Amino acid sequence: MSATVSGETAETTHAITVTLNRQERSAEVEPRLLLVHFLRGTLGLTGTHVGCDTTSCGACTVLLDGKPIKSCTFLAVQADGREVTTVEGLVRDGGLHPIQEGFKEEHGLQCGFCTPGMMLTATALLAENPNPSEEEIRWALSGNVCRCTGYQNIVKAVQWAAAKMAEEGR
Amino acid sequence: MIPVGFDYVAPQSLEDAIGALAEGGEEAKLLAGGHSLLPLMKLRLAAPTLLVDLRRVPGLTGIERQNGVFRIRAMTTHHQVATGGLGLASEAAATIADQQVRNRGTIGGSLAHGDTAADMPAVLLAYEGDVAARGPSGERTIPAAELFEDYLTTALAPDEVLTEVRLPSMDGYGFGYQKFNRRREDWAMVGACALVKKAPDGSCEDVRIGLTHMGSIPLRASAAEDALRGRGLDSDAIAGAAEQAAEGTGPPGDLNATPEYKRHLARVLCRRALEEAAGRA
Ligand SMILES: Cc1cc2nc3c(=O)[nH]c(=O)nc-3n(C[C@H](O)[C@H](O)[C@H](O)COP(=O)(O)OP(=O)(O)OC[C@H]3O[C@@H](n4cnc5c(N)ncnc54)[C@H](O)[C@@H]3O)c2cc1C
Ligand code: FES
Ligand code: FES
Repeated sequence: MSATVSGETAETTHAITVTLNRQERSAEVEPRLLLVHFLRGTLGLTGTHVGCDTTSCGACTVLLDGKPIKSCTFLAVQADGREVTTVEGLVRDGGLHPIQEGFKEEHGLQCGFCTPGMMLTATALLAENPNPSEEEIRWALSGNVCRCTGYQNIVKAVQWAAAKMAEEGR
Repeated sequence: MIPVGFDYVAPQSLEDAIGALAEGGEEAKLLAGGHSLLPLMKLRLAAPTLLVDLRRVPGLTGIERQNGVFRIRAMTTHHQVATGGLGLASEAAATIADQQVRNRGTIGGSLAHGDTAADMPAVLLAYEGDVAARGPSGERTIPAAELFEDYLTTALAPDEVLTEVRLPSMDGYGFGYQKFNRRREDWAMVGACALVKKAPDGSCEDVRIGLTHMGSIPLRASAAEDALRGRGLDSDAIAGAAEQAAEGTGPPGDLNATPEYKRHLARVLCRRALEEAAGRA
């Protein structure tokens, strides 16, 4: 720990180690650094978006130990010792993840701003419930807001991915 | 939005957490799920100088049933409560915001924050449950009826940690939960929860009704309870009792609803919650 002066008060930075997208990453962070700023600013992983910055829209969704959380309302220090997955971590063996293919095939995005968060929430859903009903998909995605698509094709994209994953035996 | 700078510790025992709180003084705050505190800090409506994170303190998560009482440790998330098979408490927790929020927010944080618009405080009242609090001088029990004192103000001392929530299992009671909001993930404009026990002759042996967002603290709808206890549970009796749901309340008006509209909602939601509970009893 080292003392630094930043912002209004002197505070101490903390050493954290996070397993990010299956790779260990260590850094010295200020306690007030939000996880989303750690990802975007410190590590340069800009796939995680900031929409509302008030825990409402879900654009900043990442997986913490496999569960979706909003990284605009979580401190980087809280992630110490835990596993974080961002949209950059969805790629497998250099190819698209079935959920990414699903969004492409079913036209599940327009501007794409909400898409990383949508895909991560959907991935967590499919890990727990490989064959969700439409109602279950909508319920799972209710913390992710999309201003473009009207959600129809997002639901279809998740169904597409569920079918593909079942076929591949994932 | 970035919080004002602060110091941070994540102690590995309850004793160390209590010690850190005491040492940090008035501006030290506990951090549980952070889903009430961090939004306030980002808006700079709160600026603690020290956060004492409970995440490493062992034994603060999980639900256990012991002698007819569910013991829910403070850091148990809304998601865990929602999927914990607790009847009314699970049904209410499942209505909190969305999946991401339920994966972080905790039952202890929700009760300690004491927001009158939050779902779990009125549920705790209806169960007539209590909470355990640990401070520098030991542990004490705070009954639900004494926990909530005013807007965002509870009986917990600044150096006390709420460690456990205790809810009687309410075997034999039917339950109902009704929350009115504009979007599924919103806070309650008004919420009503009901627990009903039927006597062998089908009449109402016992009834508890909790109200969310109908005053500066969560409330019991005592007049409606009194009107139903010992009477029949037919829809006329339930409707008659529910007419008194807003007696003695002082709902705050806000952008979503005037006090008059909230009183109306309380009557309607109370009737629906009672019907649901009676149907399951
Ligand atoms: C977008 C959004 C929507 C929401 N919608 C709802 C909703 O519909 N219904 C609802 O009920 N809630 C809602 N919430 C609030 C959410 O449930 C919070 O998680 C909860 O109110 C606080 O719990 P926490 O664990 O996050 O506490 P924190 O934010 O960590 O802490 C809250 C306060 O309690 C204190 N504290 C925390 N734990 C303890 C403890 N063990 N002992 C003593 N003091 C403690 C902290 O110091 C702080 O002052 C919403 C929140 C957000 C961000
Ligand atoms: S940016 Fe985090 S929820 Fe909108
Ligand atoms: S595609 Fe534009 S916000 Fe969803």
